[in-house]
Amino acid sequence: METVTKKVRVVDTNTDFEVRSLDTTSLNESELQHPWWYNLKYLVAGILFGILLVKAEIISWFRIQEMFRLQSFHMYGVIGSAIVVGIISIWIIKKFRIKTIYGEGIVLRSKKFHKGQVYGGTLFGLGWAITGACPGPLFAQIGAGFTVVLITLLSAVGGTWFYGRWREKLPH
Amino acid sequence: MNFIEWISRPWPWWIAGPLIGLVVPALLIAGNKSFGVSSSLRHICAACFPSDIPFFKYNWKKEAWNLFFVFGILVGGFIAATWLKNPDPIRINPSLVSELQKDGVKDFSALMPTDLFSWRNLLTMKGIMLTVVGGFLVGFGTRYAGGCTSGHAIMGISNLQWPSVVATCCFMIGGFVMANLILPLILKL
Repeated sequence: METVTKKVRVVDTNTDFEVRSLDTTSLNESELQHPWWYNLKYLVAGILFGILLVKAEIISWFRIQEMFRLQSFHMYGVIGSAIVVGIISIWIIKKFRIKTIYGEGIVLRSKKFHKGQVYGGTLFGLGWAITGACPGPLFAQIGAGFTVVLITLLSAVGGTWFYGRWREKLPH
Repeated sequence: MNFIEWISRPWPWWIAGPLIGLVVPALLIAGNKSFGVSSSLRHICAACFPSDIPFFKYNWKKEAWNLFFVFGILVGGFIAATWLKNPDPIRINPSLVSELQKDGVKDFSALMPTDLFSWRNLLTMKGIMLTVVGGFLVGFGTRYAGGCTSGHAIMGISNLQWPSVVATCCFMIGGFVMANLILPLILKL
């Protein structure tokens, strides 16, 4: 038996708060190590989320156009009510100190403001209205048979790579 | 009406939205995971093309849950489109239809217009703008912003993070500019 302590490299300019293992504030956090099949529950969650994205027509290019042309309330209703339920859920989690199914305390990280949220956010908005998809729906569109979206996805991976390559030069 | 028939019809926002909201606590309780889809693109870079770039040098296997999640989304998309197919023609706001018809869109039968998004039209100017350029903006923009609709608009705002509100407003500004001002020009290409 050997215990491996992996040191997380501390990146000063970490602006990416979705990636837990890069988060400088997570030093006290005991991320439990599990075998790979523990991840299957996220596969199931993804499947349900994917079905939802298709059935609520969130993957529809037309629904996204309607949203940005103020021709339908649908997407505002979806995102708005999702946020309301999310806020209530997190409030309950904090209030009752709900733990994970493995007994770990739930850790919520705060996001720091940087200019990327403005520049990057606007660029993403432009892309969202062209492709009719934010990243989640990209995967669901491919699954739903719009196979050409594979190219959109590959290009999105390319865009992410390009950001990683040039991020030191970009204003943050 | 049986169950399958019932869930095959398009789901209203007041069903879909709250269910999406519940993904937030579900992932947190399942294992302390923050809802966010766009980081999967970064993990794909880290796994496939790290190219010695510091931004991609991290233990992506520790974030593998995210890749399972997005693969699940793809499978879910397949299931919904194959076995839970909406029997009725999709409904689109008539003013959007007439606007798009003016810009040359003809196909309104599916969730995506196949005259814009198809392998046949991929190598036209329009096809490249809509898939390659659009995809690039999605991938670059989300990572630059540090999240997408799920990570910022839903997870971030649920956790009352004001930078996520800023990011979400910028998503909307970009979307309004594209849909109303730039897209009509692209569609005329």
